[in-house]
Amino acid sequence: MIVFAIATVSSRKVLRAVMYLLFVLIGISGIYFLIDYSFLGAIQIVVYGGGVVVLFIFSVLLIHHVELELEVTPLKKKISAGILSAVGLGITLWAILTYPFKTANSYQSIEVEEIGRKLLSYEDGGYILPFEVISILLLAVMIGAIVIAKGKKLGLKEGEIENRE
Amino acid sequence: MTKSIHDWLFSILPEGIASITEMVLIAVAYLALFAIAGLYLVLLERKVAAWFQLRLGPNRVGPFGIFQTMADALKLVSKELTSTDRVDKFLYNLAPYFVIVTALLAMTIFPFSKQLQAFDINIGMFFLLAISSIGVIGILVGGWASNNKYALIGAMRSGLQTISYELSVGLSILTMVLLTGSLQLSEIIEIQRTGGWLIWQGHIPAIIAFMIFMIAGTAETNRAPFDLVEAESELGAGFHTEYSGMKFAYFFLAEFINMFIIASIAVVLFFGGWLSPFGITEGITWFPEVFWFFIKVLLIIFLMMWFRWTFPRLRVDQLLTLEWKYLLPINLVNIVFMAIVIWLNWIL
Repeated sequence: MIVFAIATVSSRKVLRAVMYLLFVLIGISGIYFLIDYSFLGAIQIVVYGGGVVVLFIFSVLLIHHVELELEVTPLKKKISAGILSAVGLGITLWAILTYPFKTANSYQSIEVEEIGRKLLSYEDGGYILPFEVISILLLAVMIGAIVIAKGKKLGLKEGEIENRE
Repeated sequence: MTKSIHDWLFSILPEGIASITEMVLIAVAYLALFAIAGLYLVLLERKVAAWFQLRLGPNRVGPFGIFQTMADALKLVSKELTSTDRVDKFLYNLAPYFVIVTALLAMTIFPFSKQLQAFDINIGMFFLLAISSIGVIGILVGGWASNNKYALIGAMRSGLQTISYELSVGLSILTMVLLTGSLQLSEIIEIQRTGGWLIWQGHIPAIIAFMIFMIAGTAETNRAPFDLVEAESELGAGFHTEYSGMKFAYFFLAEFINMFIIASIAVVLFFGGWLSPFGITEGITWFPEVFWFFIKVLLIIFLMMWFRWTFPRLRVDQLLTLEWKYLLPINLVNIVFMAIVIWLNWIL
């Protein structure tokens, strides 16, 4: 996965970079499956694999040609990006290593039904508020996309394709 | 049978090696099923086509031509893998495997009978949708990497079509999941043991959902009348114009396997999976339940072939109109209808 992540940013062909990114995302979903979070794993595949990456590929398909290559990034930028990501890795590792993890005694895999009930419950620990907020945000995004895509003439289809995000 | 093999393996081998051997055995069994199903569906398609057009169809290789597709496969294996100089090599070679691996992954979760299921995951249906949503990437990438305008147009159309119709497939499955209350495939089938098949239990909304599912499923597999992706008269062969030999065969096989998958989903969701009609073989313990599963799948596949040789191809704008202006609204209303049916307990 790390190899593919590095390949994503260093590849000079756009679509190859997208494919490497896809491998990274599928790898992450594989980790979810390994720790028995199969719902989250499937969500990861649907949203990132089926949604985001397909949209990326579409935009690449529309604007790029096979033989086109990106320009080489100057060394200075490479070094600064490297330092930044090293710092980020350091902070994350520090946070993980110093956190006192406890081993869970009773463990059972989570059912989809439970997730659904939690999402819509308005009692303590329910997630109805974030759920509604996200729905409104998505609605706003959809309307925005439709307005932008519509432009002068009626072209509803582009906006509607966004819906499935 | 699977249980006895399992016990036997664990008795002669240490635990670690035994489980790995078991995994390998299952994988090999699935690959064999994959190959056989693919090959014989091709033959079936040709036979059905011939029957619909009052021809004989393949009849030279073996009795009634049953070895015809075997011979074709041998030919494809031995063929040279050509490619043009100016393709993006890495992506060009990756694309067919992408398509076939996703098809194979989707196949693992089907319960062919009560004992015969490789991967009984509790989000079964959702997992299926997730896997099928990344299958299209192989087509898109293959079309783009071929560096050919027909392939590119084919790939674009494929993306457009799959993204649109995925929505209908997902929503019609969701309608049925409302009724079952479970995403796990084995559980969905268990529900149908008492109270009849889901298409009977859910009556009107279930029948509407089934029709939408069949239309959208046919479109999902890029088959006629939705085969704009590889419309021979306009695009050569669409996204796989530049492929030859085994790489072409992968695309070809994946198409037939996807048809098998769509039919299997329909059988599990609407027609009771491996349950026998009216429970006629319920008491007979030796009767292989796999038989019913495959009979039903073959009937649905025959229906899809019937579509193919009956309807003419749609235009792109007609395709999109059908999805966005008819199927999607009907589907949304249907979900609400199904919810009302369940709420008022009108289930048969």
